[in-house]
Amino acid sequence: MSESSAAEGRDGRGQTLVTPGQSLGPAEGRTAGNGLVVTERGMIVTSAGVLVQNGTTMAVEPHYTRYTPRPADLIIGVIESVRNNLWFVDIRGPFNALLPMSLGPAKADFGGTRQIIDVGETILCRIQEVEETHACVVTMKGLGLRKIQSGIIESIPPHLVKKVLTASRVKSLKSSTDCRIIVAENGRVWVEGPTHGQCMARKFFDAVRHGADDNELDILVAGFLDGGAE
Amino acid sequence: MGGYGDVQMIDADGKRADGRGAGDMRPMTIEVGVIPVADGSARVTWGTNEVVAAVYGPMEAHPRKIQKQDRAVLDVRYNMAPFSTTDRMRPGFNRRSREVGKVTRDAFESVVLTELYPRSKIRVEIEVLTAEAGTRCAGINAASVALADAGIPMTDMVISVASGKINGTVVCDLNKEEDNYGEADLPMGILPNSGELVFLQMDGDLSPAEFKEAWDYNMDAASGIHEIMVAALNAAHGGES
Repeated sequence: MSESSAAEGRDGRGQTLVTPGQSLGPAEGRTAGNGLVVTERGMIVTSAGVLVQNGTTMAVEPHYTRYTPRPADLIIGVIESVRNNLWFVDIRGPFNALLPMSLGPAKADFGGTRQIIDVGETILCRIQEVEETHACVVTMKGLGLRKIQSGIIESIPPHLVKKVLTASRVKSLKSSTDCRIIVAENGRVWVEGPTHGQCMARKFFDAVRHGADDNELDILVAGFLDGGAE
Repeated sequence: MGGYGDVQMIDADGKRADGRGAGDMRPMTIEVGVIPVADGSARVTWGTNEVVAAVYGPMEAHPRKIQKQDRAVLDVRYNMAPFSTTDRMRPGFNRRSREVGKVTRDAFESVVLTELYPRSKIRVEIEVLTAEAGTRCAGINAASVALADAGIPMTDMVISVASGKINGTVVCDLNKEEDNYGEADLPMGILPNSGELVFLQMDGDLSPAEFKEAWDYNMDAASGIHEIMVAALNAAHGGES
């Protein structure tokens, strides 16, 4: 993108870039979605990002956001501290989540939580409940939810999960790396498989972190299929 | 022996010692995303000033006593590096840095949608690397871009700029000599889209007419700074620049 087009607020694909405070005109007949508020000045942008329109609903797809927990999200958490009857889990959100003993992976006696999962261990869990104050509870009761004891954990910015890691791309990445890949909503990815496959996956996620576009990622995955891991 | 008033900083044609006209601003550049580990960051160079701002959060507010049940708290820290001035600054916070941090926080509290993140904290760190008058304004501008880069919801960006009076003439964006030997300084925090004011300080004396002139210079400069900010944000996120 040229300097002039940057100043005009368009990216290389012709999408409209917006910044906080920008007015999108009167709100009549339109609904404000994410990243927009309606004030006496009309519809106002609150986050820097790309303007998207779906019917009459306007929204901003932000350039960057922190992970905001939502009920039923599949996430990968790291145990940050342990109490006698619960665990505190780092979920990359504004707050640590609680994993009560009753929702843990196995039956534990009071005071025996550390024997089940210790500080620093990684778990695959699901958001059970989110309060208005953003405090949230996670559960490990459910199909496939467990302590992660093998493979590698990669992290990407949470806002790129839905944008970049589409189902089809993850599927082709799985087949090209011969790895089992679980993408969590909070931007952590569990990769398990042969070492060379893990290396290829690591290279892929490194490219995602460095802002590679869809085309570059597809070329990278195609290269893995052709045996170009090195 | 002459006093401060004898220092001639503007000539009869209205040209200042550094070659600028009365209403001209020092050149400004803004770079976004300069600190990879931060959620949002920006570097602002404004004349010889160089300021870096980083934003972390929203995150859990510690200690718990600072948590607000209905909104996030903004934790703004402004600091000048020991090497930022010719006389070495004593490391750590002092009364001035606390005051600048407080006015910066107050300015941003009027635009950041803190109610979206109850009980949490948004940390804003402003570090002045090179100081040449107007560092609080440069710090606010850097923090404004860093907050937008971090995806913190805001109803507007805050632009800060100062005008003042030298040798009886109102001028925009004072440099070091003008700040030291001038007669007045009027830094303002402006919301560029609505034209509202979120902070104003004044040092020295200005008549109502001079105040109006300084106000107009600040408003004009703010719209120019806003364009630079928007271009920097778009260039950082919209692809190659």
